This record gives sequence, C-alpha cells and structure tokens, in this order.
Amino acid sequence: MNVPFASTQPASLSSTDRAPVVAFHNVSIAFDGPPVLDDISFSVAPAETRILLGPAGVGKSVLLKLANGLLRPDEGSILLFGEEISHMPEQKLFPLRTRVGMVFQEGALFDSLTVRDNVAYQLIQERVPDDEIDRRVKKALRFVELEETFSLFPSSLSGGMRRRVAIARAFIRKPELLLYDSPTGGLDPVTSTTIIELVMKERDVYRTPSLLVTHRLQDAFTLCTHRFDAEQGRMVPLPQGETDPNTTFLMLEEGRLIFDGSLHDLLHSESPFVREFLE
Amino acid sequence: MLRTPFFCKPVNLMAIDTLERTAKQIVLTVQEYSLFAYRAFTNLFTEPRYWPEFLVQSDIVGFGSASIVLLSGFFTGGVLALQSAATLSQFGATAVTGQFVSITMIRELGPVLTGIMVAGRNASSMASELGSMVVTEQIDAMRALGVDPMRKLVTPRIFACISMLFFLTIVADAFGLLGGGAVTVFLNHQDGTQYFSKAWECLRYPDIIQGLVKPLFSGYIIASVGCFYGMRTTGGTQGVGRSTIQAVVNASVLIILVDFLLTRTLLALFPPL
Repeated sequence: MNVPFASTQPASLSSTDRAPVVAFHNVSIAFDGPPVLDDISFSVAPAETRILLGPAGVGKSVLLKLANGLLRPDEGSILLFGEEISHMPEQKLFPLRTRVGMVFQEGALFDSLTVRDNVAYQLIQERVPDDEIDRRVKKALRFVELEETFSLFPSSLSGGMRRRVAIARAFIRKPELLLYDSPTGGLDPVTSTTIIELVMKERDVYRTPSLLVTHRLQDAFTLCTHRFDAEQGRMVPLPQGETDPNTTFLMLEEGRLIFDGSLHDLLHSESPFVREFLE
Repeated sequence: MLRTPFFCKPVNLMAIDTLERTAKQIVLTVQEYSLFAYRAFTNLFTEPRYWPEFLVQSDIVGFGSASIVLLSGFFTGGVLALQSAATLSQFGATAVTGQFVSITMIRELGPVLTGIMVAGRNASSMASELGSMVVTEQIDAMRALGVDPMRKLVTPRIFACISMLFFLTIVADAFGLLGGGAVTVFLNHQDGTQYFSKAWECLRYPDIIQGLVKPLFSGYIIASVGCFYGMRTTGGTQGVGRSTIQAVVNASVLIILVDFLLTRTLLALFPPL
C-alpha cells in the first residue's frame, strides 16, 4: 500500500524513559459560561513534539497555560514531570515552572528591561554572576541569530525579533519541556519559517519535548516533514513520504479533543471537522 | 384577590437579581482584596525579598511625589492661615493663627492631603503599570519563569509606599507651616516669631503620633489598592483605564474612611487636654 507520510521508526526508548512529561486526564475548565475545555486527555512523551491545532478561540492557549499551572482545571488532573499540579499551591509550582520554557503568543517580553535582562531573567533571579549571564545570553541570542540586539529594548524590535528573543528566553536554562503559544501567529511567511526552523533546531539538536499551539497548517506540516541539519545549519526536507516519528498532532473543536495521532492519521481522518480544517 | 400585574413581576425579579449580583460582587471583591493585601504584607517576612525593587519604588513614590506634596502642603498651610486669621480677627485672637495651622496640618490635613495626592499619582500609576503587564501577559510570563509577581511587584511597592508616605507627610507638615508663616507675615502683616512660637508650643506628642500613624495606613491602602486593581485587570487597554480609575477612587475614599476611624480611635486613646 502506498502510504503518504509514513512515519519513520521512532527511537527505541524503555517504558520508564517514555513516562510522559505532561499528562492531562479528563481535564475540563470553564470561565463564567460553557466549558472552554471539556474532558481533555492526552500526554507528551520525552523527546516528543505535539502540535495542537484548532481554529482561533477554541481553547488552545488555555490548554497550554493549564500545562504550566498558570490556570487550574475545574475537573480532572494534570501531571507535570510526574507531579500532580492541578491542586498544587502556587509556591510549590514556581520551582517546577523553572524546568519549563514557555513562549507566549506576543512574546510577553518585559518592556522595561533590555533584551539581555529579558533573556537572563531567570539567571538574574538565581544570582548567577554577571560574566556568566553575559556569556549564556550571547549564546542564546546566537541560537536565535539576534546577537546584535543584546542591549536593545523590546520596543525597538520587530514582531518577529521579539518572538525570537522570547524563544531565547525560554531556551536559556535548557528546559525539560517547551510550550509554544502560536509562535508564528501574525508574522509574515519568511519570519514564520525562521521561527519554525528554531523550533525544529531545538527539537532535533536538544531533543526537548514540546507542545506547540498553532492554527497554521503550513507550519505544522513543515515541522513534521523536515529535520534540522546541524552540519548545514538549516532545515532540510525528510526523504519523500517520511515524517518525523516524534512529531504528532492534537486537534480541538469547541473545547473537545477530536483528534490525537500522526500526520498520516490526520490526513486520513474521517472527521468532517478535520477534513474542513485541512481544506 | 389582588394579583401582581404580569409586567411588574419580571421587573421586580430583575431588580432583585441585579441587587443580589452587585452585593455578591462587592463581597467577593472585599474578600479578594483582603486576601491579596494580607499575602502582600506577610511576604515581607519570608524569602525571597526584592530590595532593589523596594529602592526603585521608594525613589518613584518618595522623590517623584515630593514636588506635589511640597506645593500642596505649602498652599494648604497658606489657605489655613488666611481663613483662620479672617475668623480669629473677629475675636481678637489672630495671635493663635500659628496654633491653628500647626494643629490642623499635623493632625489632619498633612496626612490626609498627602495620602490623596500620592494616591492620585501612584495608585493610578501602579494600577496602569501592572494592568498593562497583565494584558500583555508579562505577569503570566513572570510566573512561567518561576518568579512570584506578588513578591517581586506588589510587596516592594507596598513597603516603599508606607515608608515614603511617612516622610512625605513630614515634608507636607513642614511646608504647610512655612506656607502659613508666609501668609501670616507677608499678607496678614503679623509677627512671624509669634506665629512659629505658637505653632511649636501648642504641639504635644499625641498630636505628632496622630499625624504620623495615619500615613502608615494611607501608604498601605494606596499601594495595595493600586496593585490589587492592576493585577485583576481584564479587557485589554480599556480594562487598564477602568482599573486605574477604580484604584484612584477607591484608594482616596478608603484613605478618608480609615482617617475617620483612626482619628476616632486615637482621640479615645489620647484625649485632648
């Protein structure tokens, strides 16, 4: 059978290594009205990239904030690094969150701080020596190709540059999980590709598990059908018909999870909503 | 049997519903504010503390408000001297103008006016600054980076405001006395030495205590109310504007209300001779 986008074999990992980094069990949440998310269950395994698709306003950002404990579910449980966080006090959540890198929709850079202080925010709180901070910030900015912005303020950066600085801020402490909230939303195609290449670089070079929210199918498919070539320093397409085995999809419709599977499953889904979304 | 007309019942029910909703909203706001203010205060006694933020906020509140406090104090003292001299002259008692200005400024007008001036300037700036951070997800980003915004943003503002309002009130009192003195000497053509000696002689420790206890409460109210409305901002830039208005209005009203309660308590503790 000729199957387009057949997954290559996933890297072999033991069952303990595959223990989920994040797991949602029957999670629901509402804000003064009908549920925004209703009975959501899924998990993110180590080294796995899960792409959360869905139209605007369907609860994708809410789901991402739940994963980091920034919001609390009304029902269900959420496990982050194996710890139940849905009822965890805020004070206990702070150390757990330092292990997670999060990229917000508009970057959410602190506008009163320079790029250096934004990227080094966590390191400054941990009282890391200034020389060490400068070295690590420059390395993180080099990763996103924005070294020249070191001493600039966010107000002097373009939308795409702000997003890349936010990615550098999320990457600097080598997080164990990355959460991307529409990192390419509202950006031009060229800048979007740059951002997606950075996401791919983090996925393929450091194997960091991630949950990426987007409503742009093109970005999602690029992530699935390309890999980052460290030697060439750019992304290259996978051989015809192959996809990244650790990149899978979730889709939300009116607060409910209606799809959980690979690109192949997505393209062959019978769901009318999925079909409509893909078209 | 008389029956309620069909069109009245829904209107009554609607009114009751609205009242119930408003009452619940007020109770909820008071409850949330109490928890917020308590947490912000108790944070000072546990690690981590952000002393650089405390110093920055002290500079913004203290040095930044000094000019308006100084001017409002000076002219309030001047007005008090003008008004009191006009009234006291009817009884041939213009000599006690200094006493009148001194007691009124130090006990009451110095602390209250300073509180209201600083509330107008700083409760609004705190609400709008924190509100903008909320709507641009900077507060969420801070939490996501493992930093508690209550400790980093709210607690330093509260303690900076309390400590700076204490000193600003002293500045307002001093310039109020100077303003009264200037009016007494240059406009009322009275003896300056007599004015200042009367102003000094009449003061007792309970007057000073009364005048310096109030700004501690006002400072706490200004920063906690400003930060509270800033941190619960919703609805984008329009929401920021709404939070700013609510912060200034509620802080000002609370300052006057607490001033009344404190005056009542302090007068009971230190009865006038």
